[in-house]
Amino acid sequence: MPSSSSWSRALTQISPYTFASIGIAISIGVSVLGAAWGIYITGSSLIGAAVKAPRITSKNLISVIFCEAVAIYGVIVAIILQTKLESVPSSQIYDPESLRAGYAIFASGIIVGFANLFCGLCVGIIGSSCALSDAQNSSLFVKILVIEIFGSALGLFGVIVGIIMSSQASWPARSG
Amino acid sequence: MYGFEALTFNIHGGYLEAIVRGYRSGLLTAADYNNLCQCETLEDIKMHLTATEYGPFLQNEASPLHTTTIVEKCTLKLVDEYKHMMCQATEPLSTFLEYITYGHMIDNVVLIVTGTLHERDVQGLLEKCHPLGMFESIATLAVAQNMRELYRLVLVDTPLAPYFSGYITSEDLDDMNIEIMRNTLYKAYLEDFYQFCKKLGGATSEIMCDLLAFEADRRAVNITINSIGTELTRDDRRKLYSNFGLLYPYGHEELAVCEDFDQVRAVLEKYPPYQSIFSKLSYGESQMLDKAFYEEEVKRLCLAFEQQFHYAVFFAYIRLREQEVRNLMWISECVAQNQKSRVHDSVVFIF
Repeated sequence: MPSSSSWSRALTQISPYTFASIGIAISIGVSVLGAAWGIYITGSSLIGAAVKAPRITSKNLISVIFCEAVAIYGVIVAIILQTKLESVPSSQIYDPESLRAGYAIFASGIIVGFANLFCGLCVGIIGSSCALSDAQNSSLFVKILVIEIFGSALGLFGVIVGIIMSSQASWPARSG
Repeated sequence: MYGFEALTFNIHGGYLEAIVRGYRSGLLTAADYNNLCQCETLEDIKMHLTATEYGPFLQNEASPLHTTTIVEKCTLKLVDEYKHMMCQATEPLSTFLEYITYGHMIDNVVLIVTGTLHERDVQGLLEKCHPLGMFESIATLAVAQNMRELYRLVLVDTPLAPYFSGYITSEDLDDMNIEIMRNTLYKAYLEDFYQFCKKLGGATSEIMCDLLAFEADRRAVNITINSIGTELTRDDRRKLYSNFGLLYPYGHEELAVCEDFDQVRAVLEKYPPYQSIFSKLSYGESQMLDKAFYEEEVKRLCLAFEQQFHYAVFFAYIRLREQEVRNLMWISECVAQNQKSRVHDSVVFIF
């Protein structure tokens, strides 16, 4: 066993449940941060642009919904991850399999959280430009919406990889 | 960090930026100008303008109309919008917006001082002042006899004080001194504004520094052309140029020794961005230079709207609106004086 101040010791001695819980927290928390960030970037521009061109409001709610979807991804993954948590006897808590499960949930949370954070930012900035350009010239709306859809797909990639990753999380069987 | 202001700009600036872009869509288009140029009387102009954003401001104007009324009302619209933006703005945008008005303040000070020198009525002068450049103590400007008094009595409480403090002489005010004062103040103002924009960083500094550099260069050229044939020495002329811009420093050295318009032209043709301006003018023709510069400015201001998340749109919008008011003034004057053939001489289309 390495000395008590080394990282490798810290990583093996921290309870896998800690990692798993932090992973779940990041997946929902950071996703919501991304969604909120995107919504305020879009929202403030949308409100301002709607003063002169009220017709854009209902159309441009799509941008806000895209940002909102990012938070929903986070919620879904957080729920999936937390169902992976199982209780194991305290004797087996530091088994390699337990550690693997803990890390898998942790990594999955980080992947989903940050993928959604950047997705939310991306969609928010495009959404803001979309609102401004739609107010000037309504034929631009659909074109920018296509770009926005590609932006919002980025979050889905994170969700897919995160879910696959978390399927690796299997705790040691109870019987042992 | 350049480009990353997209993440945080909208916290304070997003709403107002969208608002100003909304205002921009209300600027008169080429089609509007074509209609206005067809007008036969000021009533026709009013009728065309009531169909645009100027409607609410001109609606209740009783006939007979005067050119000044139209210009006044159109300026009023700009002032209204400016005040609305000012109310909504937070730091540093509010400081930025204030900077935009300092130029008008300098013009107003000069207007009042020159007017008093020629013994005009102060009340009449105050009406002629640009409303964006008004400050509380402006009416008391008339009492000042020389520069020192002007500074001590009035300007020390205005934002112009720091620009003025570098240039206090006990000389009596005369036309020449006032003109030098205007240009010295303007130089200090532009340099201060330039430094402020630089400090803001990001796309704001990128675009604003370009626009201000153009402004500084344009002033340098105008100072040169206006001082040809006057008693202003080369060194004094050199001192009036702002210490930034494309022409700084080598172009300034060359401009300082120019003796006629063609020499100015030769200096500026070395700079590719200004080459295109002069290529439109034939030799020896300096009257059209103003228009050519205005056209170039409008082109640059419109480009400022191509980027998002920066403050230059506010500057660009106010400048474009001012250009529009100038256009309307020219068109109304031409119509009022039956000089319709000259209507295209000074109108700069914005879109």
